[in-house]
Amino acid sequence: MSQNYGTKRIVTGAHYGLRDWLAQRITAVLMALYTVVLLFQVIVGEPLSYYKWAGIFSHQWMKTLTFVVIVALLYHAWVGVRDIWMDYVKPVGVRLALQVFTIVWLVGCAGWAIQVLWRL
Amino acid sequence: MADNAKTPRPVFRNIHVTDIVSYRLPPAGIVSILHRISGAVLFLLMPFIIWMFDTSVTTEISYDEFTSVFTAGCADGLIPGWFFKLIALGLIWAYLQHFIAGVRHLIMDATHRVTKEQGHSTAVITLALSVGLTVVLGAKLFGLF
Repeated sequence: MSQNYGTKRIVTGAHYGLRDWLAQRITAVLMALYTVVLLFQVIVGEPLSYYKWAGIFSHQWMKTLTFVVIVALLYHAWVGVRDIWMDYVKPVGVRLALQVFTIVWLVGCAGWAIQVLWRL
Repeated sequence: MADNAKTPRPVFRNIHVTDIVSYRLPPAGIVSILHRISGAVLFLLMPFIIWMFDTSVTTEISYDEFTSVFTAGCADGLIPGWFFKLIALGLIWAYLQHFIAGVRHLIMDATHRVTKEQGHSTAVITLALSVGLTVVLGAKLFGLF
């Protein structure tokens, strides 16, 4: 088996970034479908109130779906924001700091959102 | 050969930050950069989005707190209600722009329809839809109808 790390790592060739590219599109489809599902529930029926709004998120399937979408958003935003840093920020130290900030920001946000979802 | 060496060859440099204003982008280019900007806006405003989700869905009391911020503001009116509405409008635009341009991306990826003309027309449709819907929803948000 050929060594693909350290000084012998192959850094050129096909399929670099394909996994992230594909994941970004799959998570995008998930979030787009979720938007339609949520919007449908908001628009159909009585005018929006607290009870209707909270009722939407009281179903177990909606909670599970929302959880999946939060995780999808986390990955989607990570790929997108990392692309921005890679394109515009060249100094390695600054880029690393921004990437760490991005991860902390996203994981923190996802944790908060899941916490809200959990106690409903 | 000697002739070639004398004629000045065109030089293409990277666009400097100061050139951005004078650099004319085609609609597809505008959609492309707006996809980045709207994505970054959604990323940075994520805590506000989760705050809205938290207060609107947790209890009836917090729901009132959520709605009153957009009318009465917060910190005894130190931050006025219209300011929150403006942030919400920014979010609405960013979401619509990112959503519609994202669907455009997915269609292009799925169908391999990537001609110059198609890129132009779908970009114009994307911009018209996102700006149009933002104007309509913005008017609703600020109580114009």
